[in-house]
Amino acid sequence: MIAFFQQPWPWYVAGPLIGLLVPALLLTSNKTFGISSNFRHICAACAPGNIPFFKYNWKQESWNLIFALGILAGGWIAVSLLGNGQPASIHPNLAADLAVYGIHPETAMVPSSLFGIDQLFTLRGLILMVGGGLLVGFGTRYAGGCTSGHSIMGLSSLQWPSLVATMAFMAGGFLMANFILPHLLAL
Amino acid sequence: MKYLKYLLFGILFGIILVKAEMISWFRIQEMFRLESFHMYGIIGSAVFTGILSVWLIRRFNIKTIHGETVVIPEKKFNKGQIYGGLLFGLGWAMTGACPGPLFAQAGTGAAAVIVTILSAIAGTWLYGRFREKLPH
Repeated sequence: MIAFFQQPWPWYVAGPLIGLLVPALLLTSNKTFGISSNFRHICAACAPGNIPFFKYNWKQESWNLIFALGILAGGWIAVSLLGNGQPASIHPNLAADLAVYGIHPETAMVPSSLFGIDQLFTLRGLILMVGGGLLVGFGTRYAGGCTSGHSIMGLSSLQWPSLVATMAFMAGGFLMANFILPHLLAL
Repeated sequence: MKYLKYLLFGILFGIILVKAEMISWFRIQEMFRLESFHMYGIIGSAVFTGILSVWLIRRFNIKTIHGETVVIPEKKFNKGQIYGGLLFGLGWAMTGACPGPLFAQAGTGAAAVIVTILSAIAGTWLYGRFREKLPH
């Protein structure tokens, strides 16, 4: 039984389950699915400065922080109790391209050759972690949501601005993965 | 105790994110290089399920368990969805994670991801600081 859950879950199991989080949050709590607002709440709680954007009652949104804490705990449970210790099988073209830069599939889903603590002291690691993080935080707030708030929740409620945002997310990702990232990995 | 359900929903989401390998940096690269259907299948079927759920809720005026009418705030269009969306997309492919997966990645023990999360908080702060000067 446990072995069944330890295998990687196929898309047709994971997708509908995530989709069901939308009505689950709506019907139990009248809350809309979303994650990136948490970064704003943390700013509002810890360093609001004198910035109007961070002056609101963030405590009213603390459910969202608890939700994020749950995700963190879920990540730990999935690895420690439901992990199978197998390296991810990846597309041979990707494997070949990455091998050039000394990056290989690992059991960890976050490759330590790029995102290990020691990599923080390399230019490449610093750009990917700090630069990438800044872009994620700045971009999601500028866009008013992330893959959860726009691509799942916004599209589920047929809101066209979320479709625009989702297309922009994908365009940025395509540009980075295919044209910019190879140069960063070569650093 | 009213927060317990959010914790449980979060745990469920975190487990799905890891077990479906959605937090894998490699899977995100495959998605953007069009080398795998996996992520498209997940997002597509999640949106399909969500659309169906919201449609059912509206069609039959289904109330919350507390008897309230379900409210979904309207998203208003502004240019931030394009500019910010593009910037987030760049960061998504670099880190291999959007905000939800960042928390799940940290939970799997990838300690350095904490730096990425702190950077995302800093990025959000910078947006708040310079919001008035940005085109919207």
